[in-house]
Amino acid sequence: MPVISPKQKKREYDVVIVGSGAGGGQMAYTLTMEGIKVLLLEAGRMFDPVSETAMFHTSDMAPLRGVATPDKQYGFYDASIESGWEIPGEPYTNASEDKLRQFSWWRQRMMGGRTNHWGRVSLRNGPYDFKTRSRQGIGFDWPLSYDDLAPWYDKAEMLVGIFGDSEGIENSPDSSPGVLLPPPKFRAGELLARERSKKLGVSVVPVHRALLTRQQDAQRVPGKLHPRNKKAQRLLAANMRSRLKCFFATDCHRGCSIKAAFDSTSVYLTPALKTGNLDILPNAMAREVTLNKGGKAKGVTFIDKTTGAEHHVVGRVVVLAAGSQESVRLLLNSKSNRFPDGLANSSGKVGKYLTDSVASRVSGQIPALEALPLHNEDGAVGQQAYMPWWLAGQQHKLDFPGGYKALLVSGRKMPSLNTGKSFDRVSGGDGIPFGRKLKEDARRYHGSFQSIGAQGAMAANDDCYCELDPKVKDKWGIPVLRFHWKWSDDELRQVSHQQQAMTEILEAMGARFFRASYVDKPEKAISQGGKIIHEVGGAIMGDNPGKSVTNQWGQTWDVPNLILGDGATFPGTADKNPTLTIMALAYRAADHLAGELKKGNL
Amino acid sequence: MNDPNTHASEEPVRINRRVALQWISSATAAIPLLEREVSAAEKSGVRPPSVFAKGYGPDPDLIRKYKPGDLWPLTFTKDQRRLMIVLCDIIMPADEVSPSASSMNVHDFVDEWISSPYPAQAADRNVILKGMALLDEEAVRRGKSNFVSLTPKDQLVICEDLARKAKADVRQFPGSFFYRLRNLVAGGYYTTPAGTKDIGYRGNVPQAEWNGPPAEVLKKLNLPPQ
Repeated sequence: MPVISPKQKKREYDVVIVGSGAGGGQMAYTLTMEGIKVLLLEAGRMFDPVSETAMFHTSDMAPLRGVATPDKQYGFYDASIESGWEIPGEPYTNASEDKLRQFSWWRQRMMGGRTNHWGRVSLRNGPYDFKTRSRQGIGFDWPLSYDDLAPWYDKAEMLVGIFGDSEGIENSPDSSPGVLLPPPKFRAGELLARERSKKLGVSVVPVHRALLTRQQDAQRVPGKLHPRNKKAQRLLAANMRSRLKCFFATDCHRGCSIKAAFDSTSVYLTPALKTGNLDILPNAMAREVTLNKGGKAKGVTFIDKTTGAEHHVVGRVVVLAAGSQESVRLLLNSKSNRFPDGLANSSGKVGKYLTDSVASRVSGQIPALEALPLHNEDGAVGQQAYMPWWLAGQQHKLDFPGGYKALLVSGRKMPSLNTGKSFDRVSGGDGIPFGRKLKEDARRYHGSFQSIGAQGAMAANDDCYCELDPKVKDKWGIPVLRFHWKWSDDELRQVSHQQQAMTEILEAMGARFFRASYVDKPEKAISQGGKIIHEVGGAIMGDNPGKSVTNQWGQTWDVPNLILGDGATFPGTADKNPTLTIMALAYRAADHLAGELKKGNL
Repeated sequence: MNDPNTHASEEPVRINRRVALQWISSATAAIPLLEREVSAAEKSGVRPPSVFAKGYGPDPDLIRKYKPGDLWPLTFTKDQRRLMIVLCDIIMPADEVSPSASSMNVHDFVDEWISSPYPAQAADRNVILKGMALLDEEAVRRGKSNFVSLTPKDQLVICEDLARKAKADVRQFPGSFFYRLRNLVAGGYYTTPAGTKDIGYRGNVPQAEWNGPPAEVLKKLNLPPQ
């Protein structure tokens, strides 16, 4: 079974999955390895990271020195194609005109989804993050505990290949021994931050990221992940051997032609296709989930974007993993007599409880890092070090719930078009620098700037949700989402704390700052909703069918053969990035689903 | 429509080009809006956009290596190009370490930039063409036919004045002109192989291992070995 066109699709599949990213890819991998026949629908085209990634290209080889344009909204060499904040013909709307109350929505229309466009930071939620309501009196508890998910984090990490270390930090869990790959050495700025942060009680430790600092153990891991399944072991081992270890150059956001960095296509879909159990249908824009007379999901109606024709595919089970809000949109657009307000929405909770990372940033210039002896500082290009939330045990003393982590951006990076103006802030003289002076400034100061970005927890609330826009439709006539967003005082107080703490850390490194502090102006510092591209929720999981949309396996309460396989089920955002938890939940959900299918329960 | 020899001598287009181009780049669905926008511009007596080149689209070939002029026509006349070569080498001159910006063809990058069909570059097009014209006017005021004919010393004096104006306010013309031009020339330069080497970037090469900073760096920072 291969990549197909609508004409080639089979009459029926065991499972139809919408979306090919972290959730859909993981579901497809696990199900096909278990012998289940799967069709995967993806709204974008096939994309081959091996042949299409411009690994070593420099920005003078790109149009406009590679800067972002409306066509390539994260820069020319970013792997994203046909993707962005604004996609022609596929609008979304915001209810408010106030910027602070708007939500920005990044959508990825390509095979592998947003796993192509990712810093690969892969952190586990901690035990407290599953108990938000019990611990803080706000938001929701998850219908499963950390201990329920921990084995699936281990499995997902072994499958994907993640580097990191064990630190024993409260609510920032370690992996089981032997699961993680060794972290890369720190850069000079990261070492300086680690040394100087000690007196503040802040630990700077290796971040966890989905890239291979050494080749995966193809002898040992396949047997652990697929006991008693020789075929799966063989296919996984072969795929692991096809992935090379990182050669410590070029940005993971470009994609990875040696498959050292994880993406869904290279790690999930390639071996899944080799099982013979997977059909992939690209350029298929899902419009609606259909129901049979018994009220069960029957299949998915989709538009072939290459012809504009509408098709329908039948599955015993339908999995939505189109990217949180896109899955929500599909539910809301799947209306029937039985579900006039959208599919699986008897609770009225579909579209509710969107959350996102609470983020802000502080930058400074560190004189100690000026004019260091020249050396290659690429490392594992991107983030290597972070500060896990250091006050998890003292939360009761703070004026906001939930913590945040802080990620360092450090080093003498490959110059960009912005490099030319970056020295103005530190350069003396009565005019902006140019000529010989600019050349001298550049040699001295390039690489001495240090930036820290915080990303924090957000509990679900009633003010952040989406619904169908009553008027606006996309170019296929499908109604679009309208967003409502409002940061609560909790988030704004958290951002004040972020600003204060990050300023202190940079001060401890001896930083010079170039703007007034935003400690008292958190609304100026906070990233707009959606901008960190960590949005989740909208079809949350829970214990109570009246207050949630799915159970702990993403199975909707109303329609048992309809599964949510992406971040839509998150009952809240932790101070960790969501992707690893999407993978672990999808792994666990797929395993559960495979069992149910084999038992004939669906 | 976009003959570089006539087009650049036109007065820079001001307003609706930016809006109109936004609509062009947001694809076919927006065409009726584009027509509305342009006809409204015509009615109000403002000339319609002069650059109708297309961008590279949302799915460009990422492997191909592009040069200025490959994707859309360039703007500079011969004289403007000569002027930009001089400006490039004032902003990024050759020194004992590295060559000048013009030797790395940064002037052609500036031309590519101001000729771009995307909205973000439209403002630069206006301010840079206007600023270049101003430099020649200043030369005439000083009794020369154009900026290129001035002595290097006079050229430098004018640029130093503009650099001070830029530092005072990067948005106010003509300081804005020098600020934007300096950003493009310096950023354009540091993204060439010579500029990248000069600024001390040593990466973008495959390495079997990454061992962290060398001992001399740790020593300078007074840090223990990793």
